[in-house]
Amino acid sequence: MNRIVSFFKKPFLRNYANYMVIVLVALVFAVLSLTGSLKMGTQFLLEQIAIAALLAVSLSMVVGFLGELSLGHAGFMCAGAYLGGKLAAAMTASSGDQSSIVTLLVACLAGGCIAAALGFVIGLPALRLRGDYLAIVTLAFGEIVRNVVMNLPMDWFGGTLGLETPRFDRKYLFVLALVMVLLCLAVTQNLIRSKHGRAIISIKDNEIAARAMGIDITKYKLFVFTVSAFFAGVAGVLYSYTVSRVQSATFDYNYSIEILVMVVLGGMGSINGSLIAAALITFINTKLQTVLTGNLAVLQNVFYALILITIVIYKNAPGLKGFREKYNLKNLMAKLSKKPSEEEVPHE
Amino acid sequence: MEFLSALLNGFSSGGTYAIIAIGYTMVYGIAKMLNFAHGDIIMVGGYAMFVALVFNQPLVALAFAILACMLLGITVERLAYKPLRGASSLAVLITAIGVSSLLQSLAQIIFGAAPKMPTQFMINGAITLGTFRINYSTLVTLAVTVVIMTALTVFVKYTKTGRAMVAVSEDRGAAQLMGINTNRIIAITFAIGSALAAVAAYLMLMKAPTLSSTLGAMPGIKAFTAAVIGGIGSIPGAMLGGVLLGVIESLALSVPQLAPFTDAIEFAVLIVILLVKPAGLLGKARREKV
Repeated sequence: MNRIVSFFKKPFLRNYANYMVIVLVALVFAVLSLTGSLKMGTQFLLEQIAIAALLAVSLSMVVGFLGELSLGHAGFMCAGAYLGGKLAAAMTASSGDQSSIVTLLVACLAGGCIAAALGFVIGLPALRLRGDYLAIVTLAFGEIVRNVVMNLPMDWFGGTLGLETPRFDRKYLFVLALVMVLLCLAVTQNLIRSKHGRAIISIKDNEIAARAMGIDITKYKLFVFTVSAFFAGVAGVLYSYTVSRVQSATFDYNYSIEILVMVVLGGMGSINGSLIAAALITFINTKLQTVLTGNLAVLQNVFYALILITIVIYKNAPGLKGFREKYNLKNLMAKLSKKPSEEEVPHE
Repeated sequence: MEFLSALLNGFSSGGTYAIIAIGYTMVYGIAKMLNFAHGDIIMVGGYAMFVALVFNQPLVALAFAILACMLLGITVERLAYKPLRGASSLAVLITAIGVSSLLQSLAQIIFGAAPKMPTQFMINGAITLGTFRINYSTLVTLAVTVVIMTALTVFVKYTKTGRAMVAVSEDRGAAQLMGINTNRIIAITFAIGSALAAVAAYLMLMKAPTLSSTLGAMPGIKAFTAAVIGGIGSIPGAMLGGVLLGVIESLALSVPQLAPFTDAIEFAVLIVILLVKPAGLLGKARREKV
């Protein structure tokens, strides 16, 4: 037991385990997909998980590391989905190739850049506003994007009908989506572990102290908002590929909140936590949707809400602090691994 | 003339926003939390009135809804928010979001997804003076708003409980040392806010009798916007913000080219105002001390 634990504590594995898991998942399912034994439902599920993971990891940069509350992440995704999707549709119309990887990549880049530009713009008020005020501004921003896109002329983005987007070959789309997750993970993880990442975390801990240490708060805030929005935009483009029509109603503030829930449940400031929460919540949602149909579908939201409230109260209530310290997972694990081999840990 | 009636309609819908915004702003001022579930209390109020229609008396239904909402507000505060007092504001916000989604889905389970149409609350008819036309419902809303604002201002300024509220919002610790039962004050605040939400539900159903589980979602967000525009935590600010938002909305709706973009315009106003005055129009800017 102890050996296994210490094996997984090696820095190499600890730092790169998440990449390996994703690569492994991508490879296994790619092989299954090529042999044709993968169901459509599983492909769709993997695509959705990849999109949710992109959104959760990018939002966790703003909420978990920079410490600013953003309720408009779906707005960036919306911008990416519409502009990237439009570009992809135009490129597909001229080339006739639905499954062109070049088109997908160009669309992702364009959608990401548009979203990043918007992220920069929304980062500007973030310089003057804090906490709850910033939350309402980001929420307002998300609603503005959605409202504007929906009401522009029909031949621009399809109006209320939604934007028609090209269909990519389902066999590979999830692999590409997972590659995007890897890319996002590499950027986020390396950023957070660098000197700049420590500067960003110090802004969350104490902005005034960070400023006193000579950290350029303006630069870092704008930077984090821009990078985070970029990946939300990429997620939007991928989303536009998974549905036949992009509907602006999808991107309302409830969607932003759903992403925020993933970040919070995964643990603030934990990238792997966000990844796991995104995968788990998407998986459970999709499975529940097939089990609970009709009026029962709402039950899913009831469970969701109850679990969310319970977990947040349990993890944060000042009154439960003693209980948490007594019965947390780490202590239990330590007790379990200590029992058979107590003499092996003399330094305790 | 068209402009004038648009303006009056704006004051009327702004009044509804203001009534909801007061709920947000009072809770923020006293409990220092964004009560995201406030919009859904409106919805619960709507359904409570719908249920109480068995008595066939709209005003009895309103009284029932007010009581139900007050009870709900106090219960939610006790169960979901009170354990988190002193925790990070993000944790409280997420819990409030959870409560909001819980209320919405419970309402959908109990009453079904199809909207109800309780027409009994509607007030039809209008006064017409030449081309100028104003609905009775608009006038009723205006009157109710003025009465509530006055009553609330008097309550906060001149009663012992009201002054205790001001004290708690200024400094909870000091208020507690002066012998104010802060838990009681917070519960009363939630009760008042929720009662106002029930009144807002009545005013909304009076104009458009469509009752669904998302009745309070958009008005809730708009009123929240109004509260922030006016300076969250300030009651006069919520009134000003609500009326301002209502007038902007009504004016935007009266211009055909702008009408589809009404929501975007309202939210853009919020962003611009916050950029110029980060604490809202009447909010006090707090200096951060090291």
